[in-house]
Amino acid sequence: MRRFPLIVFLALGAVFYGVAAQAQDHRLLNVSFDPTRELYKEANTAFAASWKQQTGKDVRVTTSNGGSGKQSRAVQDGLEADVVTLALAWDIDVLADRGLLAKDWQSRLPDHSTPYTSTVVFLVRKGNPKQIHDWPDLVREGVQVITPNPKSSGGARWNFLAAWGWALRQPGGNTDKARAYVTQLYLHVPVLDAGARGATNTFVQRGIGDVLIAWESEALQSQQELGKDKFDIVVPSLSILAEPPVAVVDKVADKHGTRQLAEAYLKFLYTPEGQDLVARHFYRPRLPAVTEKYAAQFAPVKTFTLAEAFGDWRQAQATYFADGGVYDQISEAGH
Amino acid sequence: MRNRAMPGFGLSLGITLAWLGGIVLLPLSALAWKAGSVGASTWWAQIGSRRVLYALQLSFGGALVAAAIDVLLGLLLAWVLVRYRFPLRRVCDALVDLPFALPTAVAGIALTALYAPNGWIGRLLQPLGVQVAYTRLGVLLAMVFVGLPFVVRTLQPVLESLEHEVEEAARTLGASRWQNFRRVLLPMLMPTLLTGFALALARAVGEYGSVIYISGNLPMRTEIVPLLIVQKIDAGGDTGPAAVLGAVMLAASLLVLLTVSLLQRWNRRWMEVG
Amino acid sequence: MATLDSHATYRPRGLGVSVGQGVLIALALLCVAGLLLLPLLVVFAEAFGKGWAVFVAAIADPDARTAVWLTLTVAAIAVPANMVFGLAAAWLMTHYDFRGKQLLGALIDLPFSVSPVVAGLVCVLVYGVNGWFGGWLDAHGVRVIFAVPGLVLATVFVAFPFVARELIPLMQTLGNEEEHAARTLGASGWQIFFRVTLPKVRWALLYGVLLSNARSMGEFGAVSVVSGHLPGLTNTLPLQVDQVYNGGSASAIAAAFALASLLALLTLLTLLIKRLVEWRHGGELAHPVRRH
Repeated sequence: MRRFPLIVFLALGAVFYGVAAQAQDHRLLNVSFDPTRELYKEANTAFAASWKQQTGKDVRVTTSNGGSGKQSRAVQDGLEADVVTLALAWDIDVLADRGLLAKDWQSRLPDHSTPYTSTVVFLVRKGNPKQIHDWPDLVREGVQVITPNPKSSGGARWNFLAAWGWALRQPGGNTDKARAYVTQLYLHVPVLDAGARGATNTFVQRGIGDVLIAWESEALQSQQELGKDKFDIVVPSLSILAEPPVAVVDKVADKHGTRQLAEAYLKFLYTPEGQDLVARHFYRPRLPAVTEKYAAQFAPVKTFTLAEAFGDWRQAQATYFADGGVYDQISEAGH
Repeated sequence: MRNRAMPGFGLSLGITLAWLGGIVLLPLSALAWKAGSVGASTWWAQIGSRRVLYALQLSFGGALVAAAIDVLLGLLLAWVLVRYRFPLRRVCDALVDLPFALPTAVAGIALTALYAPNGWIGRLLQPLGVQVAYTRLGVLLAMVFVGLPFVVRTLQPVLESLEHEVEEAARTLGASRWQNFRRVLLPMLMPTLLTGFALALARAVGEYGSVIYISGNLPMRTEIVPLLIVQKIDAGGDTGPAAVLGAVMLAASLLVLLTVSLLQRWNRRWMEVG
Repeated sequence: MATLDSHATYRPRGLGVSVGQGVLIALALLCVAGLLLLPLLVVFAEAFGKGWAVFVAAIADPDARTAVWLTLTVAAIAVPANMVFGLAAAWLMTHYDFRGKQLLGALIDLPFSVSPVVAGLVCVLVYGVNGWFGGWLDAHGVRVIFAVPGLVLATVFVAFPFVARELIPLMQTLGNEEEHAARTLGASGWQIFFRVTLPKVRWALLYGVLLSNARSMGEFGAVSVVSGHLPGLTNTLPLQVDQVYNGGSASAIAAAFALASLLALLTLLTLLIKRLVEWRHGGELAHPVRRH
């Protein structure tokens, strides 16, 4: 077996490689959700430069992107994230329930630990051929709606709640009517992607569907990448203020000895430099000065917050998205 | 018997059992244990849910249909590859293994690219009102794709070993080609066809990578059981619900495995008698 | 279970091509072209569809290179491990009679018929945080799930029986006479194994290793459950393809296909070597008896 020594050699090489990779200092793992891929790619580099300038030390930040719920579960199951930057507070609450970080994590950073926000808008094909202007248009005969699976995608949960909240706030709106509307809405969905990015791809690259329910940041980015001549953004009469939070995972950061670094990383997002970066990636910044600078980029949208319409994420999760919750019920209804 | 004369029994038994136990049996018994310990209510919540029932229907129904199609296509391919000589035959024969050697994720995105409404084939089907990607047809297509080599490769050697004597016999009896095929060859091939069917079925039921891209993954429409399992694992928390579905899938594969081994015994008897 | 090897011995038929035959051949060609060849072609077409620059950028991406490296690493551990197992199992199954031998044979086949997703699930049930050994592993700082060991375990599971399935039927067909002769001449077990058995089955072994390797490098479902999907850390190449595919930028799909084309090349290479082995050494491979 002349192959054998080669294979042994490869295996040994692999082991050494693994050891070497583990030994490297000043690494930070940011476990994030799909639509922040570009944002953190740039933010990681910018932060590393700023950290080098301040402390003279090198740092390498890695970001993992995926569906928010999936990412949260990976951290629960032992993925050692120093910081999490997820789509919704519930995905971090779960980690707190497991003792991975303090229960009051959301009060540790400004603005409920959400350095940037977005809102839910519609992306339609150029010229808006199906004349989609507001939520009721999505359930018209023959309209196909693309939105990801709320069970696996955090962004999709904001979409779901935006639709529900809108229906609730119509004249004579109540839970039954909201439920009926959202049930109808999901019957118009031809493809249920696992994550927000997959949904964008289905709509943009595969040409499926008439309207993509997306975060404003996703819609603006698609438009920028593919040219304004391909897609229009439609702002509904009422939408939700999406607040994706960030937090240091105490247990992991303490174990890795990276707490100081992790905190500095998140605080960097609140600095003028960080906020400018956020806005350049189409998220709405929190700093008034930066908001003003990028005012032209964001259309005025009338929004409600999750707190106003649903209490908090714990309640929203239990009611709508838990096993056997409203989403599960409606996904079995109407067939 | 000279059995024990050869050294190495202890060592080879040790390695085999340790490896089999550690890699296969221990994890599978963890599944059985988990599924057994979750209680009837969890079982009922899973198996009784319309969505799960639907996914089971699609996975098993789809796999049955796909395996049947594989048998037809596989018989055609094996027949042509064994009996006829034509240009590109060797290339065709080699390509039969493709679904087996191509990573499932690659197969999945490739099939999607072909059959999406703006894909090479999807574009042609669109005017006919046929949509494959993101429908149950897409699920079926992916299942047919992954199962095909199992049927062809099961049939080929048997066809090779059978054809000569069968044809001789038939010719002396003055049977036409078709009669020869239908009355003589087909009954003899039955056990092999069923084995190929069972193998393609086992592969298609559990298939994940090549299906999920093209299926659209809609609850109650195009959602397969393996995807449901992944979603239940990803939901985090208790692994009980995932284990219940996993146990159902495992039981199904054991059943297929048993069927295959019975078929092979039948087959062997056939060959001996024949 | 299905061993997808074909060592057909082709005998030209002395018959002319009748209309019926022509139709059948045409149908078969159509079937191969449409169902098998097109998916392969579309991978390369999509990979280069956005131009060389996108292709090169996708391949040169640091996360992609780590994924390639990780895929090689996992295969470099899983394949030799399964090879050793396969050799041991084949030796055991063909040299001795013992109780439960048939059951053992069936169990060796088992991973073939288990869904890859279930293979991943069982790894989580044993090594996950709430699994059988999860607590103990966690307390000792050992990471299995969402780390390389989990990827290796899942891969070993799905690629488990290939080598054994190639060797057992061949060694059964070849019989033990030479081994016993060597034994009579006073050779030790290891000498018999390395000097007599191994040379006899080397091509079948290579064949099994080849199939095992293809499955190890291409596995998606099982590793997807245990990986955690960390680009640059726990993404193997198929997982990276998935992640880039769902990545959403304008060139995401082309980039995903660029990576997928590497796997497609591996597939082509596998099929090619497989053919060569069948062609040159078909007689030294297992025989039709064992095809199920």
